[in-house]
Amino acid sequence: MIIGLIILLLKIAAVLVFISLTVLFLVYAERKVSAHFQVRYGPMRVGWHGGLQMIADTIKLLLKEDITPKDVDKLVFFIAPILCFVSAYLAYLTLPFSPQIVVKNLNIGLLYILGVTSLTVLSLMMAGWASNNKYALLGGFRSVAQIISYEIPLVLSVLPVVMMAGSLNLITIVEAQKSLPFILVQPLGFLLYLTAAAAEANRAPFDIPEAEQELVAGYNVEYSGIKFSMFFLAEYVNMFTICALAAILFLGGWQGPILPPVIWFLIKVYLLVFVLMWVRWTFPRLRIDQLMSFCWKILLPLALANFLISGLWLVLK
Amino acid sequence: MNDLKNLKTEEYFLSMGPQHPSTHGVLRLILKLDGEIVTGATPDIGYLHRGLEKIAENRAYIQIIPFTDRLDYLSSMSGNLAFVLTVEKLAGIAPPPRAEYIRVIMAELNRLASHLIWLGTFSLDLGAVTPFLYCFREREKILDLFEMITGSRLTYNYMRIGGVAADLSAQFIKDAAAFIQDFKFRVAEYEALLTQNPIFLARTKNVGIIKADKAIAYGLTGPMLRASGISRDNRRDFPYAIYDKLSFDIPAGTVGDCWDRYAVRVREMRESAKIVEQALSGLPEGNFKTKVPLSLKPPAGESYAPVESPRGEIGFYLVSNGTAKPYRLKIRTPSFCNLSIISHVIKGWKVADVVAILGTFDVVLGEIDR
Repeated sequence: MIIGLIILLLKIAAVLVFISLTVLFLVYAERKVSAHFQVRYGPMRVGWHGGLQMIADTIKLLLKEDITPKDVDKLVFFIAPILCFVSAYLAYLTLPFSPQIVVKNLNIGLLYILGVTSLTVLSLMMAGWASNNKYALLGGFRSVAQIISYEIPLVLSVLPVVMMAGSLNLITIVEAQKSLPFILVQPLGFLLYLTAAAAEANRAPFDIPEAEQELVAGYNVEYSGIKFSMFFLAEYVNMFTICALAAILFLGGWQGPILPPVIWFLIKVYLLVFVLMWVRWTFPRLRIDQLMSFCWKILLPLALANFLISGLWLVLK
Repeated sequence: MNDLKNLKTEEYFLSMGPQHPSTHGVLRLILKLDGEIVTGATPDIGYLHRGLEKIAENRAYIQIIPFTDRLDYLSSMSGNLAFVLTVEKLAGIAPPPRAEYIRVIMAELNRLASHLIWLGTFSLDLGAVTPFLYCFREREKILDLFEMITGSRLTYNYMRIGGVAADLSAQFIKDAAAFIQDFKFRVAEYEALLTQNPIFLARTKNVGIIKADKAIAYGLTGPMLRASGISRDNRRDFPYAIYDKLSFDIPAGTVGDCWDRYAVRVREMRESAKIVEQALSGLPEGNFKTKVPLSLKPPAGESYAPVESPRGEIGFYLVSNGTAKPYRLKIRTPSFCNLSIISHVIKGWKVADVVAILGTFDVVLGEIDR
């Protein structure tokens, strides 16, 4: 039993290391991608083509003074970033990178991931409330409204996949796509998922809770140092999670010819990550009420229709 | 349900600025909010007050020119030009034709640079970061051109009473012509990113409408007035320098919403490019400055010669008592009047719209506070 525990702990540590490295790479990729969209070079000085820039930035961020403003709710202010990171982290415990590389293969894996990632909203609300700052509070309000609303089309867009695979187990879902990936039968579902997930992860053009130009930074405006980096880390971890989930649910996960499964998986995930970055650096931001009406009046009916048609098709087949 | 009805909600104040990324300088807006909806807004200005009007009373006329740079620091040439024209009108000085052409070229290039900053920061306000850097890429080229002639990149101190400070070099004329050719394609590039983008339209169409009668009542000028459908432009209506010899359109909007203010400025950029092109090809040979005594003593009297700056009418009302220093200098700046309408426009819109609406006002705090 002790050996089992040690192995579990090692796996958890490995996930932590993987997450940290992924975030470093994602931030670097985002800076480079945005730079090239904007006819700039991006980081160039630290290391080859700025390759070590992120390490320098991380060290800087961790060494910064951790300021707790005078009138904040100290306990909630302290817990919020931790909760934010933990909820992002927990998703990785069931995320299969290949049939072998998975910490714990739950048979309700999908439900679990959707559940733990939606804990994020709680932490954003806590951060916005505890900061005792009007901008942060507005950011907190917005994030609650947005994330809870987009949860519904997100789940509805995923359900047809579950019906087709007949399981909530992520490995089973991937294996059900042996002959053809679900994106070919569920193109609308894929688009709906990606849109709702981008909103769920506060990615532009849905980055309204932290709208820099309106709310300065939204819920995390009062945070600094390591607490700020927790939010920052969680944001990029979430981005990877939604892309990984999209790859698993719609793109056939690790399946592909010649290359090893993990490589296929990462290729698919990073392709989606690139799409999200592309969108972010091209579009303006929506307004909060437009965002909500987009969710309730367009995404939700479409997701319901997709759900219904998929169900009928499966029954009649 | 009954409990909800008895729930008491309160309006609250949000102090937006003076340190805020979207107030474009040290403007502070005191917003009264009901949730996300704005129920009132009061602009709080004065953080950049330097007392330029009073300083001017203790300076010789030529010494005032550098101060006009620091009014509307995004289009120093317009400030320079307006002041110089006013003094020339008062003292009865006629600059040589080449100087007139150079003034127009510089003022229009500066208008391009100023509109580019506006377009970039406005798209940034709406969350689109990429157009911002595209705009700054072109602005950089204009600043390089200015640097070639004036030695400065922001506050040029270039116009002189009776002419300009330095002649245009052959290199400048070549580079400016090449830039204008290139620029026409660049405007199309910005428009491809924004003009018909559904998110951009949702954020700007029918947002922050200013009716024509309100625009007049508040004394708006420049693109803000023209977007409301009133075609008024000092360059055409009260031509100065050589504008009466050039052919260009005055774009105007119809609705007076944020999108119209955007469209008017983008079309103005195309028109300015046309003006620079014409002025460059018609540039006459000759002197770039007439001889004017350093300690100029205009006859006692008053004068006002407004100029169309990128933001509207900028004018200097100058009173002379016959000495080497002005008796009184009153500066009429466009952003000050344009900003005054904000508390009227902004009511009922959301916090995000405050940023969009203020973005289309294109205010420069240097000239509001002077």
